[in-house]
Amino acid sequence: MGRTIVVTSGKGGVGKTTTSAAFAMGLAQRGHRSVVIDFDVGLRNLDLIMGCERRVVYDFVNVINGEANLNQALIRDKRCDNLYILPASQTRDKEALTKEGVGKVLDELSKTSDYVICDSPAGIEHGAHMAMYYADDALVVTNPEVSSVRDSDRMLGILASRSRRAENNAEPIREYLLLTRYAAERVERGEMLSVEDVHEILSLDLLGVIPESKSVLNASNSGVPVILDVESDAGQAYGDMVARYLGEEVPHRFLGVQKRGFFSRIFGG
Amino acid sequence: MGLMDYFRSTRHKGSASVAKERLQILVAHDRSERHRPSYLPKLQREILEVIRKYVEVDMSSVSVNYEQEDSREILELNIILPEAAQTRA
Repeated sequence: MGRTIVVTSGKGGVGKTTTSAAFAMGLAQRGHRSVVIDFDVGLRNLDLIMGCERRVVYDFVNVINGEANLNQALIRDKRCDNLYILPASQTRDKEALTKEGVGKVLDELSKTSDYVICDSPAGIEHGAHMAMYYADDALVVTNPEVSSVRDSDRMLGILASRSRRAENNAEPIREYLLLTRYAAERVERGEMLSVEDVHEILSLDLLGVIPESKSVLNASNSGVPVILDVESDAGQAYGDMVARYLGEEVPHRFLGVQKRGFFSRIFGG
Repeated sequence: MGLMDYFRSTRHKGSASVAKERLQILVAHDRSERHRPSYLPKLQREILEVIRKYVEVDMSSVSVNYEQEDSREILELNIILPEAAQTRA
């Protein structure tokens, strides 16, 4: 049985889809069969970030409604054989994602995949609820900014009370913090919440810190998950994050302005 | 800790510290709300109705507080009776 991971945040624009694409690609590159699903019904974007928008024939809702089977809807990534994408539909009917339908698809996928990554829409409405409901793990994507941190905390409350695991009194969802759009020089000037600040407020396992980087926009412009840009800081930070998720001990990088090593000494152990 | 303190002291005090303080208060408040049973507002309304049968009080005179500590839950009711109107019954 594969693990189901939701990439969520509450707030929009913090980097959920960028993270979903990078995370899925990173896991697949390391030999794990992975599927990444776009739960943002009506506003699909994952296919664009993954660069497969012109190969979409059937989508998630088609599969739920029985208009196509999973194999017809899954798009195999051209760069990595272990990676599949299940795009969202453009339909405006958000209720198209039924709890039973989503459960059936995730169940089927987790039989044949190691990891199923659910890219949640923003907000705490139906689509976001469906994306997190069946999760085993949650990646909470947060920007070092007040509204994002607050929304992440609210999302943690929802994960703890409204998931299948919570309803069945099962082992709770494993929650991880991913801090994105981190600008070390602004933190240094006291203009931005630091990684310790956010960590202290949310008290979550810190899986990674992705620096604010031009490479993220460059990657999305060309439909390449940023983790494939191995020269870039953001690409390397996502690579580290995938390694950490898989249990490797990797020190946090890109946290300081210069190579002072303060942060790595604090968080490296 | 020494290392952290040293780092903090070298940082200029900017808006980030304000953000942190605001968030800590907000998140603590959000979390305490989250763990409250959903029946609290209804409970408060119904208690008020019962009291009003005997004494004239308004909504603000009844406060319902809920606290959770490890294994026990405390439901605290605080009713302020008006000074001159204690003998309606």
